[in-house]
Amino acid sequence: MYFDSIEALLSMDGHGGFVWTAYLITMVVIAGILIAPVRRKKKFLQQLAGELKRAQAKPGNSQEDM
Amino acid sequence: MWSFFHKLGSPPWLYSISGVILRLLLPVTLVALGVGLTWGLLFTAPDFRQGNSYRIIYIHVPAAVVALAGYYVMAIAGAINLIWKMKMADVAMKAAAPIGAALTFIALITGAIWGKPTWGTWWVWDARITSMLILLFLYLGVIALYEAFDNKEAAGKACAVLSLVGMVNIPIIYKSVDWWYSLHQPASIKFTGESSIDSSMLYPLLLMIFSFYAVFTCCLLMNMRAELLQRETRTNWVRKLAAGGGRG
Repeated sequence: MYFDSIEALLSMDGHGGFVWTAYLITMVVIAGILIAPVRRKKKFLQQLAGELKRAQAKPGNSQEDM
Repeated sequence: MWSFFHKLGSPPWLYSISGVILRLLLPVTLVALGVGLTWGLLFTAPDFRQGNSYRIIYIHVPAAVVALAGYYVMAIAGAINLIWKMKMADVAMKAAAPIGAALTFIALITGAIWGKPTWGTWWVWDARITSMLILLFLYLGVIALYEAFDNKEAAGKACAVLSLVGMVNIPIIYKSVDWWYSLHQPASIKFTGESSIDSSMLYPLLLMIFSFYAVFTCCLLMNMRAELLQRETRTNWVRKLAAGGGRG
């Protein structure tokens, strides 16, 4: 490792604030774009599964009718 | 060859094959990203002129490179939809826009943060930075335009035209540092000729560029899968998937 202490790593000779902020923002945005479609898909499938269950529970309705 | 293109037009096949690709690519992406970040942040020496602030290069350059590549993906998908009316191309175009916008945002914000200790300012209205800002507006424009239409076919066509018109901005971004006087440095990595960056800094940078391409691909496939499900709500395969708890 280039830095010999945690303090040196955090301060980066005075540039730590800039470097860590840039990395933090980047990681948050990347996590966001990776998680968003997973949540969207999960929410959609749960919603559809609920609709299908409700439709099946109604007498006279079947899945093929929808 | 043609059977592959036929399969590509089949939503259940695309959903299934993209799931297989994601199961392989996602772990590789996360490992590459973790190794690249650790390498760039902890194991490289500081730049002799810029000190440690140069470490922002490992996120700034990959984000900018892939933001530009993402625009090609979006515009080419739009063109395919316009010419051959291929629905999956429309799905890909819509899926690429938010990822491109996010990467352009990263490139701009990390550039601003890097600019302060290096140039003494967060922002300058020079050609490279302004043309990147226009790229962000183009991505946001495509997202907004798609949402503005109720008729999704018309939305796809309008967005494809906007994407193709916006292609004019891409060579401007590439050549801006050569055509105009700019605070922004010219490219350090060259495909022809020797790169002006030391190999100890080049390798982690190349790994990070690969990681960002992989992030883009994973996000593109995941967005496409979510979009496919919504467009195919009424089909049996989506209903079976929902009834089975999303497995498949």
